[in-house]
Amino acid sequence: MAVFMRKSSKVINHLKSKMGLLGVINLLSPSTLFHHQELSVAAPIARTLRNPDADLSIKATLFSSQRFKSTKADKHLNSLNDADDNKILDFPGGKVSFTPEMRFISESPEERTRCYRVLDDEGQLIIGSNVIQVGEELAVKMYTGMIMLQTMDTLFYEAQRQGRISFYLTTIGEEAINIATAAALTIDDCVFPQYREPGVLLWRGFTLQEFANQCFGNKADYGKGRQMPIHYGSNKHNYFTVSSTIATQIPHAVGAAYSLKMDRKRACAVTYFGDGGTSEGDFHAALNFAAVMEAPVIFICRNNGWAISTPTSDQFRSDGVVVRGRAYGVRSIRVDGNDALAIYSAVEAAREMAISEHRPILIEALTYRVGHHSTSDDSTKYRPADEIEWWKLARDPVTRFRKWIESNGWWSSEAESSFRSSMREKLLHAIQVAEKVEKPPVADMFTDVYDLTPSNLHEQEKLLKETIRRHPQDYPSDVPA
Amino acid sequence: MATTSLRTIGRSVCRVSRRGFSTSCDDKLVQPSSKSTNLYSAINQALHIALETDPRAYVFGEDVGFGGVFRCTTGLADRFGKSRVFNTPLCEQGIIGFGIGLAAMGNRAVAEIQFADYIYPAFDQIVNEAAKFRYRSGNQFNCGGLTIRAPYGAVGHGGHYHSQSPEAFFCHVPGIKVVIPRSPQQAKGLLLSCIRDPNPVVFFEPKWLYRLAVEEVPEYDYMLPLSEAEVIREGSDITLVGWGAQLSVMEQACLDAEKEGISCELIDLKTLIPWDKETIESSVRKTGRLLISHEAPVTGGFGAEISASIVERCFLRLEAPVARVCGLDTPFPLVFEPFYMPTKNKILDAIKSTINY
Repeated sequence: MAVFMRKSSKVINHLKSKMGLLGVINLLSPSTLFHHQELSVAAPIARTLRNPDADLSIKATLFSSQRFKSTKADKHLNSLNDADDNKILDFPGGKVSFTPEMRFISESPEERTRCYRVLDDEGQLIIGSNVIQVGEELAVKMYTGMIMLQTMDTLFYEAQRQGRISFYLTTIGEEAINIATAAALTIDDCVFPQYREPGVLLWRGFTLQEFANQCFGNKADYGKGRQMPIHYGSNKHNYFTVSSTIATQIPHAVGAAYSLKMDRKRACAVTYFGDGGTSEGDFHAALNFAAVMEAPVIFICRNNGWAISTPTSDQFRSDGVVVRGRAYGVRSIRVDGNDALAIYSAVEAAREMAISEHRPILIEALTYRVGHHSTSDDSTKYRPADEIEWWKLARDPVTRFRKWIESNGWWSSEAESSFRSSMREKLLHAIQVAEKVEKPPVADMFTDVYDLTPSNLHEQEKLLKETIRRHPQDYPSDVPA
Repeated sequence: MATTSLRTIGRSVCRVSRRGFSTSCDDKLVQPSSKSTNLYSAINQALHIALETDPRAYVFGEDVGFGGVFRCTTGLADRFGKSRVFNTPLCEQGIIGFGIGLAAMGNRAVAEIQFADYIYPAFDQIVNEAAKFRYRSGNQFNCGGLTIRAPYGAVGHGGHYHSQSPEAFFCHVPGIKVVIPRSPQQAKGLLLSCIRDPNPVVFFEPKWLYRLAVEEVPEYDYMLPLSEAEVIREGSDITLVGWGAQLSVMEQACLDAEKEGISCELIDLKTLIPWDKETIESSVRKTGRLLISHEAPVTGGFGAEISASIVERCFLRLEAPVARVCGLDTPFPLVFEPFYMPTKNKILDAIKSTINY
C-alpha cells in the first residue's frame, strides 16, 4: 500500500531526524497530478552552529533568492566568543579560525553519503519518505515510457546484430533515470546528453520513426546521416545533439544555463554523464564555472558502475561522485537511480532550486549498467555473467516501478502485454520504413561545415562528382550522387 | 623586428567594407571621426561596439574584468556590467566550453584566452565541439556566435610560452575560421566581422603590435570582410604573402628590394581559413614567384598549405620554387629569439635568390 505523508508538520519533524540536504517538501493534494507542480515550502530551519566542527549541511531553501556564499561561515564565526578573536584571521577568501591541532581531513568520510530512496525493492513506498506525489496519469506515462525505451533497446540492438544498422547502445538498467528525470523537467529546460539518455528525448516526443531515421542515417535523419547511430539531436525538443566525446557537453550546459539566467527564463539547463565522465577535465571545469557563475544547471551523473570495462574502483577513490559537489561549492544529492519516484522528486526539487536560486545542483544517481557498453562490447569479458543477471532480474528499475503502479491499481499484466506488443509492432514498422528511405545525397556532406559553403568545398564537391562518374563501383549505391 | 610605429601599414590601399558592400578609395580615407589609435585600443573599441549593438553579447576570460593583461577589455565591465563582462576561473577548457554553450543559445560569446600559448587545453572543445557543432546536428544547432580572441606571436622576450603562433593547428579544422589582423584599423573591422560572423572564429592578435602599432582608426562601427585577402602593396616581380605582425617586416624587405630594382607585391591574407586562394593565385599568375613568411615554425606551418595549393594551380607559371621564410623548428627560444625569427634580411635574401633562380 502506498502511504503518503500529508501533514506538513509530520514531514518537518521527520526531516529533522533524518539527513538534511534536501529541502522540506510538503506532499501535495491529489488534485495536482501533472509534473508542473508548485512546491510549497516550509521556512528553512535555522540551525545554530555552535560546534565549529559541525558539518555545514544546509536545508535547501527552495524559494530563497539569497546568494549562498561564505556569509554562512561569517555568521557562524561572528557568533563565536569575541574574546577568541585572535584565533580568527582574514585571508583572501574570507575568515578562518585557527587551531593548534594538526588535523588532516580524512580522505574518506566515516559514513558514505546516504542515498535518497523512497520505493523499496518491492515497489512499496517507504514509510517516512518525503517525496512528491505522482498521480496515476503521470505514473502510467512514466511507466509506459520505460517500456518504450526497453522495446527500442531490444529491437535496435537486434537490428545491429542483423547488420541492418552499424552500431547501437542500450540504456538497460537506467530506464528510471532516463524517464523520471525527463518527467520532472519541462520542455523549456535545455538538455545536454552524453549518449545513454535517449529516454529523455523519447519523453519529450521524439517519435520511434525519428529515432529509426537517425539510426539508419537516411535522408529524414535530422543529422543528415553525418554521425553514427544513437547520436540523436532535436532542436524542437531542446535536446542538443549527442557527440561521442565524453563530458564535453558538461561545460556547454553551464554556458546555456547562464544564458537562460540572463534572459530571465524560468528554465534550467540539464546535463547527463556517467561515472567515467566525471574523471574528465571538462567535468571539473564545468562544476567550478557553474558555481562561480551561479548558473541554473543540473548535473546528473549516471553512476552505473562501469566505464566500458573500467569499474568505478579504477575510476576514482572518492566516495563516488556526490562528494565532489561540495569541493566546488555545488549543492548535491545522491539518489537511488533505480527508484523512479526518488529521481522524480530530486530532479523537481533541484530544478526549483536551480532556477529560483540561480545555482547548480549535482545529482548522483546510483544504478547499474545492465547492458554491454555498446554493440562493440561483450561485458562478460570483464564482469561475471551472474552479476549482470542479478541486477537485471532482482534490481530492475522498471519492475520496481511496475510493482508500485500495480499496487495502486493503475496497471495490470493485460495492460503490460498489450502495450509491449503494440510498441514492438510500431517500432518494427518504423524500422522497416527507415530502412527503405534513401540516404541523404552526397551534397549533404558539404553543407553546414559553415553557415555558407566556402569555395574550397565547392571545388572539392565538383572534383568528387567527376570521380564518382568515373568510378561508380567505388561508391555505395544507396547514397544518391 | 620593427620598432618604429606602423603608420605606413594600411595607408596606401584603403578598403572599408560595411555590411556587405565594399568601397575602395584611391586617396587616404579621412573620416572626421578617425583617431590615432593603437592595436589594443582598436580592439577595445570593437568590443565596446559589439556589446553596445547586441544586448546578448558577452566578453569573458581570465582577468578581463579589470581591463585584461593587455588592456583590451578596459572599461567594458564598468559600462556593461559584470554579468556581461566577467572574469572566469583559470581554465581554458572551461572558458571555451562555457562559451560554446552560451553561443549555442544564440548569444555572441567573445572568449579571451590570455596567451595563444595557453589555448591547448581548449583544443578539444574547439576542434571536436565548436567546429562540428553545426555540421553534426544537421544545422539544428550552431555555436556561430563564439569568437575566441588570443594574443599571439613574438614580443621580444616572451620565450616558449608567451610567443607562440599556433595558427597552423587550427587551420586544419574544418568548421572554424582563423583570422589575423595586421594593424589597428584592420583589427577593429575584422574583429567586428568575426564577432558577427555566424561561425566560430579564432582571432589571433599580434601582441607585439598592441602598443607599437598606431594608425588612424575610424571611431564608428565598421566591418571588414572575412576570407578576402588584400593586396597592400602592388608589384610585378614577386608575390609575398603573410599575416599579422610579420607583414611589417615583409614590407621593410619590399622597400629594400625596391632599391635594388625588385618590384614586390605584398598580400595580407587576413583570414587563414577559409583562405582566399583566388587573390593569391591571380597575383602569382602576374609575378610568377611566391614567398610566404610567418613566425610559426616552417615545418607544417600554414605556409606549406599556401605553397602546395599555389603550386597545384600555377605550376607552369612559376619561375622559381615557392620560398618560405619562417620560424625555425624549435620551441620559441628566449636568448636566441633574434636568430629564430624570420627577419627582414632573411626575407630579402630569399627574395633575391627567388628572383635569381
